[in-house]
Amino acid sequence: MTKVFIPCDSAALSVGADSVAATFAAIAQASSLDVTIIRTGSRGMYWLEPLVEIETTSGRVGYTNVDARALTPSVVADMVSASDLPNSIGLVDSFPWLAKQQRVTFARVGVIDPLSIEDYEFFGGLVGLRNSLQETGVGVVEMITESGLRGRGGAGFPAGVKWRGVLQTQADQKYICCNADEGDSGTFADRMLMEGDPFTLIEGMTIAGTAVGATKGYIYIRSEYPHAISTMTRAIDVARSHGVLGESVLGSGKSFDLEVRAGAGSYVCGEETAMLESIEGKRGMVRPKPPIPAVVGLFGKPTVINNVMTLAAVPMIMAQGPAAYQALGHERSRGTQVFQLAGNIAQGGIVETAFGITLGELVDEFGGGTRSGRPVKTVQIGGPLGAYLDHNSWDVPMAYESLAAAGGMLGHGGVVVFDDTVNMAQQARFAMEFCAEESCGKCTPCRIGSTRGVEVIDRIMAGVDQSKNLVLLEDLCEVMADGSLCAMGGLTPLPVRSALKLFPADFGVNGGTR
Amino acid sequence: MTPYSEDLLRGVLSQHSSKGVLFALQTTQEVLGYVPDSSLNVIADVCNVSRAEVYGVFTFYSDLRKTPPAQVVIKVCVAESCQAVGSRTVVDELHARGYDVHAGTIQDDIACEQIFCLGNCALSPAALINGVPMGRVTADALLQAASEMKQ
Repeated sequence: MTKVFIPCDSAALSVGADSVAATFAAIAQASSLDVTIIRTGSRGMYWLEPLVEIETTSGRVGYTNVDARALTPSVVADMVSASDLPNSIGLVDSFPWLAKQQRVTFARVGVIDPLSIEDYEFFGGLVGLRNSLQETGVGVVEMITESGLRGRGGAGFPAGVKWRGVLQTQADQKYICCNADEGDSGTFADRMLMEGDPFTLIEGMTIAGTAVGATKGYIYIRSEYPHAISTMTRAIDVARSHGVLGESVLGSGKSFDLEVRAGAGSYVCGEETAMLESIEGKRGMVRPKPPIPAVVGLFGKPTVINNVMTLAAVPMIMAQGPAAYQALGHERSRGTQVFQLAGNIAQGGIVETAFGITLGELVDEFGGGTRSGRPVKTVQIGGPLGAYLDHNSWDVPMAYESLAAAGGMLGHGGVVVFDDTVNMAQQARFAMEFCAEESCGKCTPCRIGSTRGVEVIDRIMAGVDQSKNLVLLEDLCEVMADGSLCAMGGLTPLPVRSALKLFPADFGVNGGTR
Repeated sequence: MTPYSEDLLRGVLSQHSSKGVLFALQTTQEVLGYVPDSSLNVIADVCNVSRAEVYGVFTFYSDLRKTPPAQVVIKVCVAESCQAVGSRTVVDELHARGYDVHAGTIQDDIACEQIFCLGNCALSPAALINGVPMGRVTADALLQAASEMKQ
């Protein structure tokens, strides 16, 4: 029997993976070929999807951009026998784009059946959880601290310090909340992991919960991710029936359980305190800090809030020890980062590698430049609240501090590429417009500043009182940056200011033409 | 006249009353396709909060709708990654064919709505048609897929 792997990742589905799987199965059956089709996550080489892999004795062989309409009995037979075809890339693991990466968090994504806990264990799953259950809570928190793991949601706060805060706070109930409200444009790592290897997240959350004394966890997933919600929900059921979740986690006597909560189309609910409000069923209004959620969090109880990528890194740290993770990285950014190449890019997808890779390497070497073939004009890193950068930043190592020093923000690691047809005044205007659309409305700089920002940029673009309006825009940006309650209003000036600084001509400023 | 059974809705919601107002609103929309005005009273009652509080939550979240949806709903991503590869053109072309994604126009039982990011940013421009993901879309491809889905 030959195993055939076809992704069920929603992005792969968006280019026809489901019909490939159905057609392949039908032809294989009609031709009496002895095959089993296994649906996996995606390898994250999206420009090659749908990517079909065939198991051979030397590894999995890949066929790219498979089109269901082009599948004939002879093509299917050739694929099953791993014959050379124009679209074959040989052994997938040796494919240079993949082989150059260091897949740690994403080691199993695209390889295993996401809902098979047997596959998960076979590929090293649950080792970290078993190890952590042998440790005290203090011991686990120490190991996470030693690993140097920092929050992958954007702020980069040390995960161990956050956990210690919750561990040390006395309460009758504590919670773990996973922020899976991955709303930044250009980011999709959380979605891919939840669709492709959900047990990793479950394991990471269970380690966190049993360590700090939380018995309940919530995964808040945005409603724009219906497939992730479905896979995650089913994976929790599987984990529960295998004793990974429940009254006694793997027979340890420690209790931990999980629940998925869906968002409802609000970007600001990715802000941690707005997310807590939303899980509680309220409007997603940002809470002032302090008190921090580690002390007063969900339902007023001490709560660990981490991003999907942070929690998904935990099982590996607990399995292989903090030193292995600490050994990777750049300066104070330890471990690997899952970069996401998006927008106008020839080879878009997931690049997991140690911190410190340069922006140029990501965009040119991995990304292969623009999809349109035109020159790259700018990239936006870190979502709608991230700065626009140009070629002058090509040599900047991708890490929290070095990127911040270059005026950028790593955020969730999304890199959106634009070619030279983009108008940066339009992008700056969109940043303000998006803030106006998604502001929770609690604080004035964000709620009103964003609307005024759109108007001011419109006047600048129209050439009305330009020098005065430029001063006004800068003043407005300063008020928003310094006076907003959270990053929504506080960071919106980042794309606006960087666009204006790098590309004044697009605004019709400095004698430039639009 | 209420187009649904309030008792039935109350029955469904009271099983999850501890999960809060947003969950009740989402469940209502799942069951009825939208959140009718009269259901806000039922939710307020089940969750033991004021109608004003329910209304506040209802109006905060863009997913929740007060009118029935079209048979086919196209959600077009208009965030940065999709802008970088022509989502503005897709939006303009849909507009030229009578669909305003900002207003969510319904025409021939097809609606086009804007959405901010579907996490399919390497295959932008992206869309979701009745929950089915589509990548590298054009306005033509979207409307074609929508009309096929209607049959």
